[in-house]
Amino acid sequence: MSSTVETTTAIHPFHIDVPEEALDDLRRRIASTNWPEKETVADQSQGVPLAMIQKLARHWATDYDWRTVEAELNALPQFVTEIDGLDIHFIHVRSPHEDALPLIVNHGWPGSIIEQLKIIHRLTDPTAHGASAEDAFHVVIPSMPGYGFSGKPTGTGWGPERMGRAWAELMQRLGYSEYVAQGGDWGAFVVDQMGLQAPEGLLAIHTNMPATVPADVDEASVAGEPAPSGLSAEERRAYEQLIRTYGQVEYARMMAARPQTLYGIADSPVGLAAWLLDHNDADGQPAATVASALERTESDTGELTRDEVLDNITLYWLTNTGVSASRLYWEYKGGFFNAKGVSIPVAMTVFPGEQYQAPRSWAERAYPNLMYFNEVDKGGHFAAWEEPELFAAELRAAFTSLRTTNGGRQ
Amino acid sequence: MSSAVETATEIRSFQVEIPEELIDDLRRRIATTRWPSKELVEDRSQGVQLATMQALARYWADDYDFGRVEERLNALPQFMTEIDGVEIHFIHVRSPHEDALPLIMTHGWPGSVIELLETVGPLTDPTAYGGSPEDAFHLVLPSLPGYGFSGEPTELGWESGRIARAWAELMNRLGYTRYVAQGGDVGAGVTDAMGRQAPKGLLGIHLNVLLAAVGLQHQLPAESEQERAAHDALTTFLTDGLAIVLEQSTRPQTIGYSLLDSPVGLAAWMLDHDTDSYYKIAGAFVDGEPTGNLTRDNIVDDITLYWLTGTGASAARWYWETGRAQAAAGAAGQAQPPVAVPVGFTTFPGEVFPSPSSWVEQVYPNPTYFNEVDRGGHFAAWEEPELFSAELRAAFRSLRTTNGGRHE
Repeated sequence: MSSTVETTTAIHPFHIDVPEEALDDLRRRIASTNWPEKETVADQSQGVPLAMIQKLARHWATDYDWRTVEAELNALPQFVTEIDGLDIHFIHVRSPHEDALPLIVNHGWPGSIIEQLKIIHRLTDPTAHGASAEDAFHVVIPSMPGYGFSGKPTGTGWGPERMGRAWAELMQRLGYSEYVAQGGDWGAFVVDQMGLQAPEGLLAIHTNMPATVPADVDEASVAGEPAPSGLSAEERRAYEQLIRTYGQVEYARMMAARPQTLYGIADSPVGLAAWLLDHNDADGQPAATVASALERTESDTGELTRDEVLDNITLYWLTNTGVSASRLYWEYKGGFFNAKGVSIPVAMTVFPGEQYQAPRSWAERAYPNLMYFNEVDKGGHFAAWEEPELFAAELRAAFTSLRTTNGGRQ
Repeated sequence: MSSAVETATEIRSFQVEIPEELIDDLRRRIATTRWPSKELVEDRSQGVQLATMQALARYWADDYDFGRVEERLNALPQFMTEIDGVEIHFIHVRSPHEDALPLIMTHGWPGSVIELLETVGPLTDPTAYGGSPEDAFHLVLPSLPGYGFSGEPTELGWESGRIARAWAELMNRLGYTRYVAQGGDVGAGVTDAMGRQAPKGLLGIHLNVLLAAVGLQHQLPAESEQERAAHDALTTFLTDGLAIVLEQSTRPQTIGYSLLDSPVGLAAWMLDHDTDSYYKIAGAFVDGEPTGNLTRDNIVDDITLYWLTGTGASAARWYWETGRAQAAAGAAGQAQPPVAVPVGFTTFPGEVFPSPSSWVEQVYPNPTYFNEVDRGGHFAAWEEPELFSAELRAAFRSLRTTNGGRHE
């Protein structure tokens, strides 16, 4: 932790340089994993299957190369600045188009900045990707407190509300007087909070995990009750998806109640990998797109690959943030998908593999200033990671109406 | 796993032998633990505290005698027998008093037969502990399937009911035609199931936790101060204390990787059972002040047993099996049969929710024995072995006959 006073606003360039001993130690630990016996089922209903993780571990300990993604990260402008007493790490890529719209993108759990790497160039340099110069963004991607190369909070209170305020400070510190914010998973909670806080300069948010559920429906779904009467077919489908989701979130309940007890994910790479892999999406737990990525060694079209999954897990390992990242669940005491009362302009994209398909009817009630709503035909919970091309196109379309000739740089 | 056919009824004597390499590996792993940052609070509300775990790890790696598990278990007659396709490990101590009452006692999670070892003396040899020969028990302490030295089931269905049937078979196989059963925690689930199955020869059961209260929350009396306090404790447990239970009920394999690969990860998972026992155990390690028999050595014996047998995941799987069985029974609208044998119950004050007699009567109408004692918690037999033994003597006294039940 830095010992500088809280008024420090200096922004320092940051470069990742993981010592070789840390990588040796990781490989040694993976190679000496003490395994449990095989699960007693033929499916994934007891957790991450032994065969799946053993195959991943073999690759992780032998052929996987952290240095590749480290170089990729170091090729991007990275910085650290202290906000509210904590060092915040972020990527900041200016578009070659000076008038680009500043955008802060917030990752989630079990993700990190790794989730967003493939959208950066698509957003900052749209003309290289078949879009126009008017679609350009200046992109800021912070690591959440307790995640990646950001500092680990040593006191309580770093929930989505405080992060929202920190991101507004960060954008201001970067000189952006007008900007937009985007998030999925925990990032969606943070951008909802930013929407509620409505800091000066925040023009709009885009969410890919919208919180649209009306209060009465939310209460019933959390309690696991049958669908309330009077729902449309679309709302009913969303309700059933919520029920399914709430049946697959024991990992979240564990981290919300007892994050510190997860010593094993700090000490065991395979324990950490299994824990991070066991996030659900609409099509399974572990998320179907992540599970299938483990079989994909390369991709020309931006689909998620095995090494990208390992990049993210390895980042958690090397920064020893399994437990500190889990604490975010403990910090947050609010509802998950209930409407939060955001009244600033909101854009959303509904991805089919997300926890639930937000119906337009709920979206319009939850976000009265809904300026963009689109349902796309592919992509899931990790939308930016899974479908970077589509995701970037959605952000371009979502914010088109907000653009002015002044890109917002003060 | 044995390849013997299911009809095999052979009972073989068993000795624990821990390869030195396993101990060396364990010691090395504890010493090279990579720690998370400290919790952000001053209590257990974020989980097992770093200071507790570091004190435990220091003791475990530096001061603990790794031979203890082997020595303590091998000092008792141990056996293996295959029941329903799984090798069952058990301790079987005959009382010097031939007419003693046979008793099968079942441990829980995160326990093992280690929890029950200090009751062996008082139960089997009461005269050495201030009791009378008429209080003696022949004691059978099995390891649950997937726990300790019992086999790990490789097929589905080993929930409490199946274990209960296996225990009846075990008592039958040992030649006990009249016996009683006791359990807390998982053992209470198994013992309750035995009471409902009422196998021939089972004279009665004794329990020290009221598992059924969890499903009956809104039907349990809440009038007296004691009942309201019990409700508060139950509500706290259901809102804040269930995380580990739920994780094990749904994703035992996922957490299993941490429990098998990290000794400290395993130990923390096992320490985070309930508030009362956590602070007692933390007190033993951090302040050097054990409560009752919950000493550093006894705690580390249990954790070491889980590590050496590699049973973190298989033990957690009981919760998955039980969750599945309960969901299936609920979906089918099946009510459990009533307990058809006499029930004794002791309420220990530190239990997760100390059940008043009115609650016990809701689940077990007309218990033959009910008592509230003034010390002990969830791990009652472990923490207060003599008090616990005295309770069992009192609870089962009315069920004794002159024939101790041994089939000659």
